[in-house]
Amino acid sequence: MRSLVIARREFFAYFESPIGYVVVALFSALAAALFFLVGDVFFSYNQASMRHFFSNMPMLVAMIAPAIAMRSWAEEIRSGTVERLMTLPFSLGQLVVGKFLGVWAVFAVALLCTLLAPISVAMLGDLDWGPVVAAYVGTLFLAGAGLAICCFLSALTSNQIVAWMVGACTLLVFNLVHLLASAVFIPRWLAEISLNIDMSQHFHALARGVIDVPSLGFYVAVIIISLVANTLILGLRRHH
Amino acid sequence: MSVPSKVVVQVKDLHKRYGDVHALRGLNLDVYAGQIVGFLGPNGAGKTTAIKILSGFLAADSGSASICGFDSETQGLEVKQVLGYLPENNPLYSDMRVVDALNFIGAAHRLSGTKLKDAIERVVEQTQLHQVYWRPLGHCSKGFRQRVGLAQALLNDPQVLLLDEPTNGLDPLQVVEMRKLITSLGADKTVMITSHVLPEIEAVADRVVVMNHGSKVMDKDIASLASEQLVAVELNCSVDAFKAICSQAEAHIEEMIVANDSNCQAMIKANGNASELVSRLAEAAVANKVQVANLSPQGHSLEHEFRKICQNDGGQA
Repeated sequence: MRSLVIARREFFAYFESPIGYVVVALFSALAAALFFLVGDVFFSYNQASMRHFFSNMPMLVAMIAPAIAMRSWAEEIRSGTVERLMTLPFSLGQLVVGKFLGVWAVFAVALLCTLLAPISVAMLGDLDWGPVVAAYVGTLFLAGAGLAICCFLSALTSNQIVAWMVGACTLLVFNLVHLLASAVFIPRWLAEISLNIDMSQHFHALARGVIDVPSLGFYVAVIIISLVANTLILGLRRHH
Repeated sequence: MSVPSKVVVQVKDLHKRYGDVHALRGLNLDVYAGQIVGFLGPNGAGKTTAIKILSGFLAADSGSASICGFDSETQGLEVKQVLGYLPENNPLYSDMRVVDALNFIGAAHRLSGTKLKDAIERVVEQTQLHQVYWRPLGHCSKGFRQRVGLAQALLNDPQVLLLDEPTNGLDPLQVVEMRKLITSLGADKTVMITSHVLPEIEAVADRVVVMNHGSKVMDKDIASLASEQLVAVELNCSVDAFKAICSQAEAHIEEMIVANDSNCQAMIKANGNASELVSRLAEAAVANKVQVANLSPQGHSLEHEFRKICQNDGGQA
């Protein structure tokens, strides 16, 4: 698969600088801290369960995904290496998919580092690993959707900070848009749309360890739409 | 110069606009196999835009560009496989080591295993990168970075090389080395090189295309330019006398390249031998009792042609 050449370059580029290590450490530390320390939820339940751990994931992903994806295109545009990249024998689609797979792999490493949390829980009690694995898969797809959106936004600017801010705000909106449904002045059809496009709403079942196919389908659809939009943006850049 | 064999780069009526700026105005060009073509022109002439369209990085508004028979718009992947491209300012991944950068570009060209190893050895030898092979690109000097850029462009052993300002920012010694390298590459490749430095083009190219305001304003073989004979004239006389003397030598004048009647100065392209024109002008000056400040044969005419073109078009020489 041609995109893997780009994905490999993208993945290792993150770990050539401190950014990759900081993001991985921050994500795993925050995930563990929110689970074990904040609100004393885990210890007060007195159950070997990871549900609370995964319920924090939509917000954590909203913070971390823009940080991982912000440099994907913005840095290429700023440094001019996008010209080198776009004149190599790859189609625009291959470049976009390659970049996405690279940043997705970086997130997967960060997610792997959080395995210490379920391992600790398993040492404290009888943890059912089935739902945990399912929730990890769900988190990977949730992050995939967030990263694809942020990669697309990164292609719109040559400034990483702008890409991060716009990405974080966009993901925040996609995680809070369900709140519109509870507003009295919102028509029913708009309330339904707000619930259906909310990324955190689709994660409820997955956080419980249920492989919810429609929710996974939602994340896959977001990934595909974002990657197509990213490809179109790069195509438009050729016409500037 | 030998008779050109086949057209490898073909540009037809290429137009490109950046907002209100018409960067390319119907460029037409045929480049033949084995030629080293120098694109010359002042800043903003459209050289880089033409190269970027050929490389597939930019899309033209209208017209077509093809390399080795592949259309750069509809057959972009095929074009990129036969093309080596060194962009202006040579953007590189500074976080990568030279070896990793070459491996990455090689993999992008579907090279692997022994083929990749051989290709890297070849370009490292060609561009003399042994010294910095394991060094991060961010720690390499400008000269070595430029060589790495060229090595990347050569990895797929391309039929056509597009080099956009390849000596930009190099010191004089590095410039000489780069010119030698480009000349040697021209032995078996078609090379298109852009520059706004005249001696650079003269040193490496066998054909020069001068552009200004998005149009091709001159297209000549360097050899034919070198054979053109120029004469610099400066007389201490009235404008009328100056015109009269020049008209008396009219039969030996092919073209007044740079004429400044008010100062009685001119750069004249001789119709035949420059010494004959000098003799004829000297005779006319003596006959008109005019003092000659300067009357001397000059070398090539590229610089004067270039200056005339830019002056005529209101550009900067």
